[in-house]
Amino acid sequence: MTQAIQTRPATPLPLPEGIQGIVADWSSDQRAFKNVPWGKAMMWIFLLSDTFIFSCFLISYMTVRMSTTEPWPNPSEVFGLTLLGRSVPLLLIAIMTFVLISSSGTMAMAVKFGYEKNKKMTFILLLCTAALGATFVGMQAFEWTKLIVHEGIRPWGNPLGAAQFGAAFFMITGFHGTHVSIGVIFLLIVATKVLRGDLDHERPGFLTGRKGKYEIVEIMGLYWHFVDLVWVFIFAVFYLW
Amino acid sequence: MAHVEGQQHPIGIYLKIWALLFILSTASYLVDYFHFQGYLRWFLIITFMLMKAGLIVSVFMHMLWERLAMVYAILVPTLLLMVLLGIGALEADYTFFTRGVFFLRGLF
Repeated sequence: MTQAIQTRPATPLPLPEGIQGIVADWSSDQRAFKNVPWGKAMMWIFLLSDTFIFSCFLISYMTVRMSTTEPWPNPSEVFGLTLLGRSVPLLLIAIMTFVLISSSGTMAMAVKFGYEKNKKMTFILLLCTAALGATFVGMQAFEWTKLIVHEGIRPWGNPLGAAQFGAAFFMITGFHGTHVSIGVIFLLIVATKVLRGDLDHERPGFLTGRKGKYEIVEIMGLYWHFVDLVWVFIFAVFYLW
Repeated sequence: MAHVEGQQHPIGIYLKIWALLFILSTASYLVDYFHFQGYLRWFLIITFMLMKAGLIVSVFMHMLWERLAMVYAILVPTLLLMVLLGIGALEADYTFFTRGVFFLRGLF
């Protein structure tokens, strides 16, 4: 039946796969997430809680939008840009989407080069990710300015239709933008650590005092991909609905 | 431990997923650009959304290579959100209905 598995970090363990693996991992009197650094497991659990926060926002937005009797402002027009005298729907949002996806691509490669202990490539790719993230936040600031100053959209009402539009928009994109901004700051911190060689020499971090390892690049990556993941959902249900 | 740990995959897979995400984003943008409406619009938007989410979680976030104990610990609670989604939709329909009734009565 289910055997207890020893975890002696020095020796790789024969671990049962599939459902048996789940039972063995959880039932044995030891850590459940095997061969995973605890920092990574904890990041996943944080991201799970963050998933619930964003889901609450998006589901509330759905409830509010479905129940309003006023017409909802058409996002396709509200977020359109005029290019060469022709209005293109959702252009800014499409560009923001591509920028964020690209940042996810560079992040994934930074993780790969990190585990190969390629300091230079990791640093460059982390910096690219941070730059793309900052670009995204900049474009969002532009979008907010356009909506607040030129369209007169406020959290409590707007001239285009349902009053709830502003509240939902500012809350959801604002919370997401905050996540991106925090991510950019953390990317710069991790990039600095990589450049200084803190991870190669296992220098303790200033906050936790834990040894520097390249797994922190992957943990950073999880957070960053999550921010991209949330945008996928916001893009679909807020801008394309 | 440090020797066996870490996710090591060829760079090609990341580039391919990156390209796929670009294609899927373009496709979902085109849904809006060509003004698809009704169930077709919803079907396409949700399909592209879930495909993108799946690619990001499974490859970029390495879920594909994690142990099942970890994958289930994260994904199963997320599925519970479907209940909240259902409750939200029911509630919204009811609110819309009562608003219709009361606002109409105000007219007479």
